[in-house]
Amino acid sequence: MPPVAAASSTTRVHWSLVFRQAVLEATAAFALALLLFGPIVGLVLDGYQVRNELQRPLLIAAIIAAGRFLVTLAMHAPTGQAALERFNARRRQPGVLVVNASESDRQRWWLLAIVAVSLTLPFLASKYWLTVLIQAMIYVLLGLGLNIVVGLAGLLDLGYVAFYAVGAYGLALGAQYLDLGFWSALPLAAMLAALFGGVLGFPVLRMHGDYLAIVTLGFGEIIRLVLNNWLEFTGGPNGVSAPAPQLFGLEFTRTAKDGGVPFHEYFQISYDPLHRFIFIYLALFLIVCLMVVVVTRLRNMPVGRAWEALREDEIACRALGINHVLVKLSAFMMGAMVGGIAGVFFATYQGFINPTSFNFFESALIVAIVVLGGLGSTTGVIVAALVLTILPELLRAFADYRVFAFGVLMVLMMIWRPRGLIRPRRRAFEVKGLCR
Amino acid sequence: MDWHILAQQLVNGLTLGSIYGLIAIGYTMVYGIIGMINFAHGDVYMLSAYVTAISLATLFSFGLDSLPFALLVTLVMTMVITAAYGWTIERIAYRPLRGSTRLAPLISAIGVSLVLQNGVQLSQGARTQGVPSLIPTTLRFGEGDDFVQITLVQLMIIVISLSSMAALTWLIQRTSLGRQCRATQQDRRMAAILGINTDRIISSVFIIGAAMAAIAGVLVTLNYGSFDFNIGFVTGIKAFTAAVLGGIGSLPGAMLGGLILGLAEALFSGMVNTDYKDVFAFSLLVLVLIFRPTGLLGKPEVEKV
Repeated sequence: MPPVAAASSTTRVHWSLVFRQAVLEATAAFALALLLFGPIVGLVLDGYQVRNELQRPLLIAAIIAAGRFLVTLAMHAPTGQAALERFNARRRQPGVLVVNASESDRQRWWLLAIVAVSLTLPFLASKYWLTVLIQAMIYVLLGLGLNIVVGLAGLLDLGYVAFYAVGAYGLALGAQYLDLGFWSALPLAAMLAALFGGVLGFPVLRMHGDYLAIVTLGFGEIIRLVLNNWLEFTGGPNGVSAPAPQLFGLEFTRTAKDGGVPFHEYFQISYDPLHRFIFIYLALFLIVCLMVVVVTRLRNMPVGRAWEALREDEIACRALGINHVLVKLSAFMMGAMVGGIAGVFFATYQGFINPTSFNFFESALIVAIVVLGGLGSTTGVIVAALVLTILPELLRAFADYRVFAFGVLMVLMMIWRPRGLIRPRRRAFEVKGLCR
Repeated sequence: MDWHILAQQLVNGLTLGSIYGLIAIGYTMVYGIIGMINFAHGDVYMLSAYVTAISLATLFSFGLDSLPFALLVTLVMTMVITAAYGWTIERIAYRPLRGSTRLAPLISAIGVSLVLQNGVQLSQGARTQGVPSLIPTTLRFGEGDDFVQITLVQLMIIVISLSSMAALTWLIQRTSLGRQCRATQQDRRMAAILGINTDRIISSVFIIGAAMAAIAGVLVTLNYGSFDFNIGFVTGIKAFTAAVLGGIGSLPGAMLGGLILGLAEALFSGMVNTDYKDVFAFSLLVLVLIFRPTGLLGKPEVEKV
């Protein structure tokens, strides 16, 4: 509750009153926390009996009450007031940071350093960390793709995992039924995913924003359920295997399987199973770099500007003559295509896929990446994807709390910085030859 | 197709539909008043199933042997605790976001949903929980192999949901709180100018929605006997489908949509295919939103600049 007896720095604070209020609020918070956590956290179901664990809700309630007490006190002190002011001011900041056009480009050296580190990292990493890096890269790609849809065009897509699944199953089923290899399946699966995006997007993009979220969610679940139930075609919950990638016909296996030549024999080096992962990582890295360039370029093109304009004010855009359905559709298909590419890489890296990899939690995780990274900021999304995939590996002991922490983070971010940690930047144009 | 199979599916559909209707009320009232999809509502329903089982087990462990009394206490307890969750969620995760960007409340709601699911999983364990079958009475109509059966719990579900919906309609149509709710729904700013505490009304809408979901949770738990921390997701989407089908923002629409969805789903799984019944429900949602986004009883939404 915001402080009722507002004490600005000029008026004197009546500490006895403040103290009384703090005690009252802390008591109320304690009672509410007991009501909320008492049964759910304190009485654990064990068969048809309950096990008494009431010390847990008591502890939680005590912490909440203490916190409430301190917050109430702090909110009445001048420093607390000032902090609240700063907090509110930050929330009111405009979404996009406009950088002056004449500002010199210092980021270029940083970029070079990052690329160099990313290229050497896989050769130093162990197998375990290599797989973590590949996963992180897949999420970076997914984050970049969804960022086009959610961050730039402002369309909340809760079924993004559907396109990921289309890409992954495109590779696996394409190999099984059409005898496609990795490199021929990659563009085809990407196009297939884009097609799915178009087919889904065309009817639904005229919809109100929240409805769109639910329809995409429904669509994601439909895809997963169909993959799960269509036993004859997809193998159902048993999954299906996906082919490993090749480098110009060279295979990353110990002995050649399909009449090809193994990579290590061709280059006369000893066989190492890591070669396959290093290759996947490097290919992924290349695609991610390409995506970053494409997205950066697109944002300065008319279609990219139309995406962001639609996000900010759809009615104004339509009044200015932007075809909102086509513009949204382009964002949607673009995002779907990137999701499909990520799916192909996921399938080839895993070697085996089944529908459980494409549940709603996966969609929520990608949304979390985009939200935490700052809706629309490419740098932010990359950082968020890396943090959200690598941090849980470092904090293995708290693995059970991962989803819980994501949820809390999502709520806090929306309250604290609804535009994400890193504000999207946009370079201003300087029009020369105009008098001011 | 024999008549008794059809009749049996109708009974099942009616039961299922009443549950969807009860949960749909929470979606439709919240959407009507602040225009957001309360994504965490399904998980509030999931919580109520847990509270039901915990409350029953606790009461029995104290040696209570009067079943009606235990059920009544459980119903009240579950409604109170679930309503407290509804209030707290609105207070913590949605109220600070008033006037924020359009996506903010929805994303925050997804966060709440993850927190609730994972919180329950952490404290209660991931395994499927259950309550013993308490009311085994079954009514049978027909002879030999051709019969229709309706359990006493199913009958209770239909009667209790219909009467709680009637009570809610009375609350909204006849009481001062209901009038304030309707006024806030029509025009929040004007209602505030006329002296209605709109924040309080929004809170009470969340409380009402959660309490209705709690009734559904108690009834479903008694009927099926088993649940886990994940049940809120699918049931939540289906209840939302019901709300959209009936016309989001409309109370009778939620009940009607729930019944139609329940019947359609029961008939589909009885006559076509059980594996694809969720696909059927989700496709129905997509189709309704594409072709008739205002639903059966809803008013068209006018976008204002």
